[in-house]
Amino acid sequence: MVLSGIDRRDETPTGSEELRQTLGLIGNLARRQLSSQYKRTVLGRLWSLINPVAQIAVYSLVFGLVLRGGVEPGRNSGITSFALWIAIGVIAWGYLSGSIMSGMNSLTSNTALLTKVYFPRWVLLVSEMVANTVNHLPEIGILVVVSMMVGGPGVLPYVPLLIGVVLLTGVFATGVGLVLSVGMVYFRDLSHLWGIFNQVWLYISGIVFPLTLLVTVQNDLFDKGWAVQGEPIPLAQIARLNPAQLYVEAYRSILFGFDSPSIGVWIGCLAWAVIALTIGILVFRKHSSRIVEAL
Amino acid sequence: MSTPAISVENVSKTFRMYTDRTQSLKSLFVERRRTKHEDFWALRDVVLDIPEGKTFGLLGNNGSGKSTLLKCIARILTPNEGRVVSRGRMAAMLEVGSGFHPELTGRENVYLNGSILGMNRQEVDRKFADIVDFAGIGEFIDQPVKNYSSGMYVRLGFAVAIHVEPDIMLVDEILAVGDAEFQERCMSKFADFRREGRTVVVVSHGLEQMRSFCDEAAWLSHGRLMGTGPVARVIEDYSDVAHLAKPVEGGGTRVGSGEAQINRIEWLHADGRDAHTCRTGDAVRVRLHYTSSVRIERPVFGVSVQTLDDRLIWGHHSKDSGYVPESIEPGEGSIDVVIPSLPLRPDTYSVSASLQGPGTSHLFDAYRRGITFAVVPTGRTESGGHVVFGSHFERLLPARPLLPAASDDGVDARA
Repeated sequence: MVLSGIDRRDETPTGSEELRQTLGLIGNLARRQLSSQYKRTVLGRLWSLINPVAQIAVYSLVFGLVLRGGVEPGRNSGITSFALWIAIGVIAWGYLSGSIMSGMNSLTSNTALLTKVYFPRWVLLVSEMVANTVNHLPEIGILVVVSMMVGGPGVLPYVPLLIGVVLLTGVFATGVGLVLSVGMVYFRDLSHLWGIFNQVWLYISGIVFPLTLLVTVQNDLFDKGWAVQGEPIPLAQIARLNPAQLYVEAYRSILFGFDSPSIGVWIGCLAWAVIALTIGILVFRKHSSRIVEAL
Repeated sequence: MSTPAISVENVSKTFRMYTDRTQSLKSLFVERRRTKHEDFWALRDVVLDIPEGKTFGLLGNNGSGKSTLLKCIARILTPNEGRVVSRGRMAAMLEVGSGFHPELTGRENVYLNGSILGMNRQEVDRKFADIVDFAGIGEFIDQPVKNYSSGMYVRLGFAVAIHVEPDIMLVDEILAVGDAEFQERCMSKFADFRREGRTVVVVSHGLEQMRSFCDEAAWLSHGRLMGTGPVARVIEDYSDVAHLAKPVEGGGTRVGSGEAQINRIEWLHADGRDAHTCRTGDAVRVRLHYTSSVRIERPVFGVSVQTLDDRLIWGHHSKDSGYVPESIEPGEGSIDVVIPSLPLRPDTYSVSASLQGPGTSHLFDAYRRGITFAVVPTGRTESGGHVVFGSHFERLLPARPLLPAASDDGVDARA
């Protein structure tokens, strides 16, 4: 088959062709991620469920039984199970922080590919996100089932809203991941620093105990003389500003409260997602052309 | 000439050379400022058009910027100044199999690598059998690639890349892949590319390989473009500068360390007469006269014949001939190469000779195009090209009566 020069011009990737190819690449990379993740383990994909279950068990024991934590009953569901409350938090947090972490490492762990082949660099990060989201879906499915077992079928009408919540969480994580992935190229310390920050973030996001506890803490501190301009230090309000807390709250409204997240939470989730993604894209675009030589 | 496949427009590229690279946030904060760096110019204001449908070589020493230029063309690196414009689908083979995941099977990796190189799923589906066949992987295709031998790994990577069938193919030191048989398959694939009008850009420092592989070439030194043009001329310029070749009085050039030299090349008939003009089928004797100021262990003499546009027609060295003496002593001498029947068609050719030793480890002298000779037309000859196969036609089926031989059909017949 001999192609004439003119024929081949027509084969030059057009915009939509290029987009399709990029999407195909994202799919293939995500598939690589998923199918290599648990290769050569006996339990395979089960590990992606065993891990969160173990975490949930530990946190429920420590914060539920040992520290005697408790939560207000779910709004429409009346559920009082602290274990379920923690489970939702752990799963949502796992998705958010896991996506940020793998996004952060997506450039540095693909050095061989980046220095030898050209393709849009953000594809690596997005394919990580896709893989994480695919892993996240069965977890959500299990949560829905457990919620129904504990609180009845009242959750079902709100399940479609989870799509929006997962999407916004994923977009937020993508934005943060874009910034951090570029940062990692220049400063490898970032992964260790982020590990510490991640720990702190977990505890101020109301994953394992309700943030209402912080009100008690700030009052105790006030009694001991810790104050800002004559008022208690507003720990609870500060914690509420944090996006992770918002996203987790949205998950819980649906799966624990059998209710739609409040309009304020929706707006907060959307705003954080848009802000994070915008900054992420700006930073990534500014630096992506010189990433390869710094790797 | 039509529009170029790739235009490199005033491209410059610098790399930062850190005297003390800040690799951590801590040192960044402790030192309060970014560490000093110097710019290293890997490419400086390179202007180059690579014509469509040609196999184009980039030559240069290590550090000359040829690989950087290839990476700029491949869009892996972004130039600081200038730009690279390319037309058509492009695939780079800078390191074959670089996208392979060791735990995945060959099949999964073919699809993954294919999409990294820009093929969609249906395209890989269609070419899958060819790819596996080309790589010679067989039933191992469903094994994880970590179990592959290094040869299989590279062959599979190469097979995927070559089946992308891009308009422009970028290749880095490609021909060091696989065994001889596989290399042959690659060469024939590249020959197909050329026939189909695809553009291939190759980086290498194997000059002889480049000479036979490329049509045109460019030559870089310290990030600057030194010359561009037909491959033979560029290689000659390049090796002249790189090896400090000197023109020789009476024609030709000379390269080498010079302790020993080929002083004179003679092209003789069997009876010792000069064979400056000769005929197809003549018995020829090439005599090399040498002088050496040192003792050379296991010397290897070489002779080659090329056309005037520097296409290599034939080469032979004494090692391949199994004729290696223990040594030659300081002084003068000569050695003959016997060609029983010259299988060349009429044209003018030049003769080069070389002296290396011990083995082929050191080049004492390469005397290029020292003399020329002409093959003149005889009676009936074959019809085209440079060589004579001694062929003839027969067995026309169904059989027809033939016209008398030496009819009025050709110029050659009348000579």
